Amino acid sequence: MNPKKDLLGIEKLTGKEINQYLSLANRFVKVLERPIPIVPSLRGKTILTLFFEPSTRTQISFSVAAKRLSADIINFSRATSSVSKGETLLDTAKNIEAMKVDGVIVRHSASGAAKFLADQLDAFIINAGDGSHEHPTQALLDLMTMRQNFDNFKNLKVLIIGDIAHSRVARSNIFGLKTLGAQVAICAPPTMIPLGIDKLGVDVFYNLDDVIGDFDVVMALRIQIERQGAGLFPSIREYRTLYGLTNERVHKMKPKSIIMHPGPTNRGVEIDPDVADSDKSVILDQVKNGVAVRMAILFIHAGGRIE
Amino acid sequence: MKAILIKGGRVIDPKTEVDDILDILITGNKISKIDKEIRKNDAQKINAKGKIVCPGFIDLHCHLRDPGRPDEETIESGSESAIAGGFTTICCMPNTEPAIDNEGIVNYIYKEAARANLCRVFPIGAITKNREGKEITEFGELVNAGVRGFSDDGDVVADGNVFRHALEYSKTFDVPIFEHPIDKYLAQDGLMNEGFVSTRLGMTGSPVIAEEVIVARDLLLAKFTGARLHLCHISTKGAVELIREAKKKGVKVTCETCPHYFFFNDEVLESFGTSYKVNPPIRSEQDRQAIIKGLRDNTIDCIATDHAPHCQAEKELEFANAPFGMIGFETALSLIIKELVNKEKFDWIKILEKLTVNPAKILKEKLGVIKQGAVADLTIFDPKKKWKFTSNTIKSKSKNTPFLNKELIGKTIGVIVDGEIKYYTED
Repeated sequence: MNPKKDLLGIEKLTGKEINQYLSLANRFVKVLERPIPIVPSLRGKTILTLFFEPSTRTQISFSVAAKRLSADIINFSRATSSVSKGETLLDTAKNIEAMKVDGVIVRHSASGAAKFLADQLDAFIINAGDGSHEHPTQALLDLMTMRQNFDNFKNLKVLIIGDIAHSRVARSNIFGLKTLGAQVAICAPPTMIPLGIDKLGVDVFYNLDDVIGDFDVVMALRIQIERQGAGLFPSIREYRTLYGLTNERVHKMKPKSIIMHPGPTNRGVEIDPDVADSDKSVILDQVKNGVAVRMAILFIHAGGRIE
Repeated sequence: MKAILIKGGRVIDPKTEVDDILDILITGNKISKIDKEIRKNDAQKINAKGKIVCPGFIDLHCHLRDPGRPDEETIESGSESAIAGGFTTICCMPNTEPAIDNEGIVNYIYKEAARANLCRVFPIGAITKNREGKEITEFGELVNAGVRGFSDDGDVVADGNVFRHALEYSKTFDVPIFEHPIDKYLAQDGLMNEGFVSTRLGMTGSPVIAEEVIVARDLLLAKFTGARLHLCHISTKGAVELIREAKKKGVKVTCETCPHYFFFNDEVLESFGTSYKVNPPIRSEQDRQAIIKGLRDNTIDCIATDHAPHCQAEKELEFANAPFGMIGFETALSLIIKELVNKEKFDWIKILEKLTVNPAKILKEKLGVIKQGAVADLTIFDPKKKWKFTSNTIKSKSKNTPFLNKELIGKTIGVIVDGEIKYYTED
């Protein structure tokens, strides 16, 4: 595989490219099961995580992945956009360039921020979430988790519940699933459904109880509690009543269906604690697969070699 | 002063509907003769063969950032940029620091424009004090000082009652009220047009209804008050349709659009390029087509630039943090030629009336016409000349344009203001 320099999103990837990431990730799952789960593939490579938004799990997941590949990883995080500190993202980029790191994993609250860095830097850029745009590594680990549970994507029916308008996880998953031939539907209050989403070939539902029984995969998105003030929904209580994954709703789901969540969960809001911990839930598999997928991504973009 | 003789150009004047190869003689600040083969030995001659000679362009809408941000533009640099684009008259919006809301600032602008001594600069006064949308400014004093209209541009006058009073009060002076028609609540913190492209890019959208709600409100208020309303930078299909209907009913409304609204659609935002970040945002293809239709059937009266300089450091940020606006004086003609003349086959008279006689009418100025005895404000341009727009050649102090290093077609060759040559480039 001759990869592009950066991984900025899923939208522009072909099915073949997605499958290459997933196949390699499956091989790294086996590495992770070894007593000493470390390979020397990226020895001597320096990778920087640059997080302008608070995120524990994604940054840790990348760090673990990089260490498993023997890369040197440097973590940097600041909970605010760089502008407020007087240094622009462009300045930050130029400084990174001067320090000659091989790759940068970036998370930023502005859509397009990863592309902004990719345009400026020779280092490869992995988008770890840019605004409401894309979160490609999350989507790849989600796809990997789905593939572990179902034979193929062709007849797979996936329902995504929650604030689609503001979700980079939803976008990246929709792009990837559509490319792989799955059927995708979304369910949310109309205030959370972005204009023209149906043009992506996505079915749109407002009433969860009517449709939850039709799907193989039900993915709940994290609800951003602060959006209540923006008028997208009247109260957490009503959101839970209408869209929360409760035991009652889970009973309506297909026998072999699974429940996913990109985390971190608001337990008792979009998903009830016992649902998150139930047999149908693959949430911890997602986390586990996250390391393998990120190893595959780093391996491919850092030009790793199998020794 | 030596007379000027423009030889052999294709003279196009929308007002008198002239389109012919003619010579023009300028004596003093007036056009003294228009004829085939004028001879005058002691005149300074301009060879306009193969070029178009028309009334100087009038831009109803620009931002000169002066006073306030001399690093981005001054009245002098803005004037230089304007004449390079063929504009002989420009109207500068009052969202300066401080705002153009008192006589002192108006005097300052006239003084600076006189010092630059390039094009005519007409200030637009703020509708409300400090552009806060609360209390109307002293229209009487400002009109006396020389403002040609009122606007809180950059912001809508959100309070319908304040806007009603502004319209009513303006009737004493018979000046137009320029509205920036974007409902700030509906637009929220929208970064681009809300639609399929913003959905794919995960960018907060500013919906077309944010524009159309205010257009509809203002048309009703204009009808109700009988005052003169001018709607700025119209960008949506719905807005064009509302204005078309209102004009049929006799509402005293005029409007403008800008080159970027008929040249681009929102797919250009896929680059996340901050030079495409403007307000109102670049809309969908359907809206773009409706703007062209509105220009064709004269629903849209004028093409204005909304020239909006921003310093490089501020535009070199993440898309969400960059300011709105692109510079426009020096590219407007090229975009008009490429899109409207060459592609959409507009005839020259129809295009040029939106740059000359129509804005002159809105300003109630006896400009924008080529006839004997008229003030000699003229623009000469080569509609076929190809040239490259580069950082070194831009006259504006700011370089925020998506056309940087792009090849453009059609270029201003000469500009005459008040009988004086202010700009001339030999090929």
